[in-house]
Amino acid sequence: MTDKPVKPVSHNPLPNKERVKLPRQRVPEQDPCVRSHNFLEVNLGFPAEQARQESLRCIECPHPGCIEECPVSVDVRAVIDLILANDYLGAAAKVREDNALPAITGRVCPVEDQCESGCVLGKKGEPVGIAYLERFVADWERASGQFGLPKSAPPTGKKVGLIGSGPASLACAGDLIQMGHQVHVFEALHELGGVLVYGIPEFRLPKEIVRHEIDVLRRRGVVFETNVVVGKTVTIDELMNDEGFDAIFIATGAGLPRFLNVPGEHFNGVYSANEFLTRVNLMRAYRFPEYDEPLYPCKDRDVIVVGGGNTAMDAVRSALRLGAKSASIYYRRTEKEMPARVEEVHHAKDEGVHFEMLVNPVEFFGDEKGNLTSVKCIRQELGEPDDSGRRSPVPIKGSEFVVPCQLAIIAAGTSANPLIQSTTPGLAVTKRGYIQANDDTLATSKPGVFAGGDIVTGGATVILAMGAGRKAAKAINEYLTGTPKESAQKHPSSAVSAD
Amino acid sequence: MFEIVEARPLAQNIKLFVIKAPRISRKQKPGQFIIVRLDDSGERIPLTIADADSEAGTITICVQAIGKTTMLMNMLEAGDSLLDVVGPLGKPSEIEKFGTTVVVSGSVGTAMAYPTARELKHAGNKVISIVGARSKDLLCLEDEVRAVSDETYVLTDDGTYGEKGLVTERLKKILESGRVDYVLAVGPIPMMRAVAQLTAPLGIKTIVSLNSIMVDGTGMCGGCRVLVNNKSQFACVDGPDFDASQVNFEILMQRNNMYREQERQSIERLQADPEAELKKLRESNAQHVCALEAALSEVSQ
Repeated sequence: MTDKPVKPVSHNPLPNKERVKLPRQRVPEQDPCVRSHNFLEVNLGFPAEQARQESLRCIECPHPGCIEECPVSVDVRAVIDLILANDYLGAAAKVREDNALPAITGRVCPVEDQCESGCVLGKKGEPVGIAYLERFVADWERASGQFGLPKSAPPTGKKVGLIGSGPASLACAGDLIQMGHQVHVFEALHELGGVLVYGIPEFRLPKEIVRHEIDVLRRRGVVFETNVVVGKTVTIDELMNDEGFDAIFIATGAGLPRFLNVPGEHFNGVYSANEFLTRVNLMRAYRFPEYDEPLYPCKDRDVIVVGGGNTAMDAVRSALRLGAKSASIYYRRTEKEMPARVEEVHHAKDEGVHFEMLVNPVEFFGDEKGNLTSVKCIRQELGEPDDSGRRSPVPIKGSEFVVPCQLAIIAAGTSANPLIQSTTPGLAVTKRGYIQANDDTLATSKPGVFAGGDIVTGGATVILAMGAGRKAAKAINEYLTGTPKESAQKHPSSAVSAD
Repeated sequence: MFEIVEARPLAQNIKLFVIKAPRISRKQKPGQFIIVRLDDSGERIPLTIADADSEAGTITICVQAIGKTTMLMNMLEAGDSLLDVVGPLGKPSEIEKFGTTVVVSGSVGTAMAYPTARELKHAGNKVISIVGARSKDLLCLEDEVRAVSDETYVLTDDGTYGEKGLVTERLKKILESGRVDYVLAVGPIPMMRAVAQLTAPLGIKTIVSLNSIMVDGTGMCGGCRVLVNNKSQFACVDGPDFDASQVNFEILMQRNNMYREQERQSIERLQADPEAELKKLRESNAQHVCALEAALSEVSQ
């Protein structure tokens, strides 16, 4: 599909020993004291000169670890060289060959575990700021009003339905349209982007950027339809039998919020992170009453967020921006085990978020009107490692304490939404209700139906979902063009699932 | 964009809308609901589907103006559009041959109970309908209900029409006079709770349709959670119908009051200049139509 040069002509004038001496560029950020009161983006991104300086640090490894560690295998080395050649639009097109959403991944990827972990400079010093460069070319392209679009193959006449419009689906759409297939994306909500619009806040990923990336896909020929809950509005079988879809990719995301199942969780002021973030992000409740959707007020209140992932960080930092008197993370393990991106934890701390480790809520209390007033927690210590390899927390007897709290947000993960599974005969699911898909092809037990992202793996990251989308696109293409047919229709007996 | 093809008042503050929504019209079953968002700045609210015509590709809903969104919606006329309509959501009502059934509804609840009553009749049940409202002006769909019921009782709290009294008083008499196998109650929470209190000691299967606050309507947010048999259930995907004897109505009422203050603020804003709000909605939705046409022409080129 792509013609990756074996030995590209380098536009870097510096010898390697000079390059490794260059310091990593710091990305400009909004001041913590200012940004903790607004919803504007925290990171301001590289100006062109800083992007060039950072690009000069790349030593152009013959076997680049950054590409190897990228879940969608972006040709980072080639992109950096195009930046040094001042061909930013070309760089954007280069990224788009492998990554349909560069402005987004450049903002939300956990790069310390991916591309940047593969950078050889990171072994002795700091890795090249690959995400910032990716973001730079994508932002430059958007600001220029031009499009770095890769070329599409001639039309195949095949029609593929993608369920959900989150990162897995958008990445899949980008690849399938490039392969010449017709692509139709169905979204349950009124706005496109899935978790990118309902989950990730404006200050981390401006909605305008998501809209732009979707516009690019639309320009490339992808058709989007909102307000369709597949499983309710229409079933997979109806799409395939009545509406002429040749293949389906299910990428409906994480689904149902998990609560703690402790007493008092029904009090007004106890939210799932999904609900809190959906109200704030998708429904713009932070702009009430200009926008109609209400939000239980955060202003001058003590807000506690239970959890340690990116969702918890997004929720606590949103609460802070909405005027919370105090905004705290309550996590049952220690900071070392927190699954959140390192940068988000740093940002939260800079903004004044309080971190309380090794605690777990055991009961919520409310007043006579049913409004939350306080929470009882218990302290914990780390015991033996569990199945995931993380040491599981054990409650310490007699360590209970009560803290005032008028708003609590539960960010304790999600479980599978059964809407599609329960309305699609022949679709095998795991014990925990996620869809079973072949590890290599993402084919499900139903011929022509593929699945990927959080609905297969359980809650993960944007880029992993995008990786699944790309894998599915490749397998769907093979299934539709009959090469090699066998693998796409193979029953996922050897499926690796979240269980 | 979802076009309103018919809009007419049914009672005081209650309006019937026929909306073009082909996909939903083909799939909906009695007891299911849609979620509506009027325009770009709108909230998402659930509304029960009262009827549908799959050939015309339309659904019918009845809206009582109680909050900002429903007040603004009831100012709309045929030819106007709703920006977003999604559904059918929730589980359909359980319809089987129970024997003698009583369908109790209050005010706009009648619009929600009517399709289920009709299906109960089709399934071979004896259907006794009890329709109530505070006053004559608030009654709706009486003729429709009569047409699908073996017996119909109409009551008003103030006696301005039909019998004077509460629907539960009439239900009590019916329960005392003969065998009842199934009761459906749809309406204000105190009414549903009172029905549950009457039928639970008698062990009569009783279903209520709950009107929790919702956002997405697909199980994603958990805002609509209710305590049923002391377990958390989501009204949007596990309901909206639940076994009345198991529902904790106090918590439902508490949670439905969660945004009381914001609702008041929004209503004040609307009432300050309703015509301006209506104009804003129409202009905002017209812009969407233009954007859509532009996108379509670009694709076709």
